[in-house]
Amino acid sequence: MKKSDEKHTVSTPTKISRRALLGGMVAAAILPVNTFAGYVQTSTPALSGPGDDPIKIPGPGPSPVGKRSPFENPVRKPSDISSRTPLQDMYGTITPADLHYERHHAGVPVIDPAKHELLIHGLVERPIKFTMADLKRFPSVTRICFLECAGNFRTGKEELTPQDVLGLTSQSEWTGVMLSTIFRETGISPKAKWFLAEGSDATVMARSIPIAKAWDDAMIVYAQNGEAMRPEQGYPIRLLLPGFEGNMNIKWLRRIELSDEPYMTREETSKYTYPVKDKIRMFSFEMDARSIITYPSYPQKVERGWIEIRGIAWSGRGKIVKVEVSTDVGKSWQFANLQGTILSKAHTYFRHLWNWNGEATEILSRVTDETGYLQPTLKQLIEARGTALGGYHMNPVTAWQIKGNGTVLFKVES
Amino acid sequence: MLTKIIKTKLTAIFSGVILISLLAFKDRALHQSFQIQAGDTTKWPARFGFGYTPTAQEITAWDIDVRPDGKGLPKGQGDVEKGKGLYTLKCASCHGANGVETGAKLPGPALVGDTAAKSKPKTIGNYWPYATTLFDYVRRAMPYNQPGSLTDNEVYSITAYLLNANKIIKAGAVLNAQNLPKIIMPAKKLFIMDDRKGGPEVK
Ligand code: HEC
Repeated sequence: MKKSDEKHTVSTPTKISRRALLGGMVAAAILPVNTFAGYVQTSTPALSGPGDDPIKIPGPGPSPVGKRSPFENPVRKPSDISSRTPLQDMYGTITPADLHYERHHAGVPVIDPAKHELLIHGLVERPIKFTMADLKRFPSVTRICFLECAGNFRTGKEELTPQDVLGLTSQSEWTGVMLSTIFRETGISPKAKWFLAEGSDATVMARSIPIAKAWDDAMIVYAQNGEAMRPEQGYPIRLLLPGFEGNMNIKWLRRIELSDEPYMTREETSKYTYPVKDKIRMFSFEMDARSIITYPSYPQKVERGWIEIRGIAWSGRGKIVKVEVSTDVGKSWQFANLQGTILSKAHTYFRHLWNWNGEATEILSRVTDETGYLQPTLKQLIEARGTALGGYHMNPVTAWQIKGNGTVLFKVES
Repeated sequence: MLTKIIKTKLTAIFSGVILISLLAFKDRALHQSFQIQAGDTTKWPARFGFGYTPTAQEITAWDIDVRPDGKGLPKGQGDVEKGKGLYTLKCASCHGANGVETGAKLPGPALVGDTAAKSKPKTIGNYWPYATTLFDYVRRAMPYNQPGSLTDNEVYSITAYLLNANKIIKAGAVLNAQNLPKIIMPAKKLFIMDDRKGGPEVK
C-alpha cells in the first residue's frame, strides 16, 4: 500500500481524497454490481498495487443516475434571491439543468403535478381549465433558447468571474405546447390586446404580455433538456417567451387572463423599469444583444503562446450575425468563428485564435444581431440613458485584463 | 512468405477501398432518391376538446388581479387610521416603524419616500405610477411570511395608510373601489413605454 491513506491532491479546484475515489472502486469490486461480478476476485487487490492506473482495475458498474466526475465541480453561486450559472465552466451552449440560473421572489414552491391546473379566461370565447395531462396531449414543440434575468449586470471589482458579472443567463432545450395552440382552443376575442400570466408561488407573480407574443413564439413548457423541468425553473409548467426578460417567463404558471389593457403589476412598474435620462422606461421586453468572453476570464491564468478565446453571444431580437474580438484594448477587431447552427434568440458559442506575446493587454468581444444592433460599451449606454442607469437591461461590452504574468482580471468600467 | 502476407494485405486494403467507394456511390444514390421527409399532413381539428369548463366560482377564486382602471377591485373599504394599526402589527417588523429608510438593515424595502434619506430609495411616493398596483401587490404577496392572509378591507386600510404616509391622500380619506383608481400618483408622469424596435441605435 503505497500511499493510499494520504490525501491526494489533483489539479482541480476541489481536493478529492484518494480514499473517496478508491472507496468507489473497492465497492464496485466487492458488490455484485455488474455482469462480471461473479467472476471478480473479491479480495481487495485494489488497495495493493495498481494505484491510480485505471487500466489495472475494473471500474464501478452501471448506475441508475449518473454523476459528474469527482474531478469536476461546477456549481451555481446562490444569494438570498438568485443563483448564478458558472459560465466559465461551460464548453457549449446547453446549460445542464441543475446549473440553470435561478431567480424567484418568494422561494421555489412545491407543486404536485397531479393537482396542478392552468386556467385560461377573460376575453376568450370559452374559459378552459387544463390539467397537466391535458396540456401534454396537445401537439408539442421543442426549441432551444436562452433565458436571462433583466437585472443581469454586475461590476465594481476586478475579482469577478463571468458567473459574477452575468451568470443570470442560461440556455435549455424546452418542450411544451405553443401558447397559440392553447389560445386556438379557448378562442380569443378580437378585443384582447394583452394577457396576464400568473404563477402559483407565494408572491403569485404576475406580468402583462402583449398578445402578439402569443401568436409569435410563446410556449407553455413542461420539459427541459429532455426531462421534466426542474422546480427552480417552474415545475410543472412555465411560460416561455423566447428573447423576453426572464421575469416575464412566469414559472409555476396557473392562470392566464386575456385583457384589452396591461395590468401594471408591481413587477412591471416598481421593478423591471429603469431611468432613462429624466424618465423611467417600462415594458422593455426583448433582451438586447450581448456577448462575453468566458475563456480566458478571472480567475483563470494564461500562458504566452496560442490561446483560443471562447465565449457566448446572444440576442433577444433574433439571430446574432457576427462576433468581433479585440486583443488590443479595443483598438482593432477581428471576427470570431461562430459555432453553427446559429439559432434565433439563443446563446451562440464563439471562438477566436490568438497568439499572445506575453505583454499586458485587454481582450473584449462585441456582438451584432440580425437587426443591425451592435453591442454598446458602458460609455455609450451612459450617453444614451444618463448616469443613473439602474441595473436593468444592461448589456455593455465586457473586457478582461491580461496581466504580464498571465493573471486575468475583470475590467471595471464607469 | 513475407511478400505473400503483404500481397494479401494489399488485396484486402484494395478491396476495402473499392467497397468503400461503392458504398459511397450507393449512399449518394440513396440521397438523390430519398430526401428528409418532414411535414405531417394530418389536419388539426377545429378544437382538440382537451380540458374542461371551469365554474364561475372557480374563476372568481383565482381572479385576483386589479387593473389601473379599477377592474378587479373588490367591494369593501378602508381608512388610514385602521391601516396604521395593521401596518404596525403586520408590516413594521420588515419595513420599519414608519416604512421610511433609516439605514437599519431590514428584510423589506423602504415604502415611504423621505427626501432626507441620502440613498434616495425608490418608494411608493416617488416611483409607483398606479395606486391600484399597491392594492394588488399587497393583497397577493404581503405580508411576505403570510401572503394572502389579509381581508379586502384590511388591504384597503393598509393601502390608505401607505398612500397617506407618502403624502398622496389626506389622513381622513376612506378608500374603496370607486376612488382608489382615481388617485393620481406623483411618479405617473415619469413613466414611458419602451419604443425600441431593434436596429443600430443605442437608446
Ligand atoms: C417578513 C418580512 C416582511 C413582512 C412582514 C412584510 N413584508 Fe413587504 N416586503 C418584504 C420583502 C422581502 C419585499 C421584497 C420582495 C421582492 O422584492 O420580491 C417586500 C416588498 C413589499 C412591497 C413592494 C416594495 C417595492 O418597492 O416594490 C410592498 C408595497 C410591501 N412589501 C408591503 C408590505 C405590507 C403592506 C406589509 C404588511 C401587510 C408587508 N409588506 C409585510 C418583506 C416583508
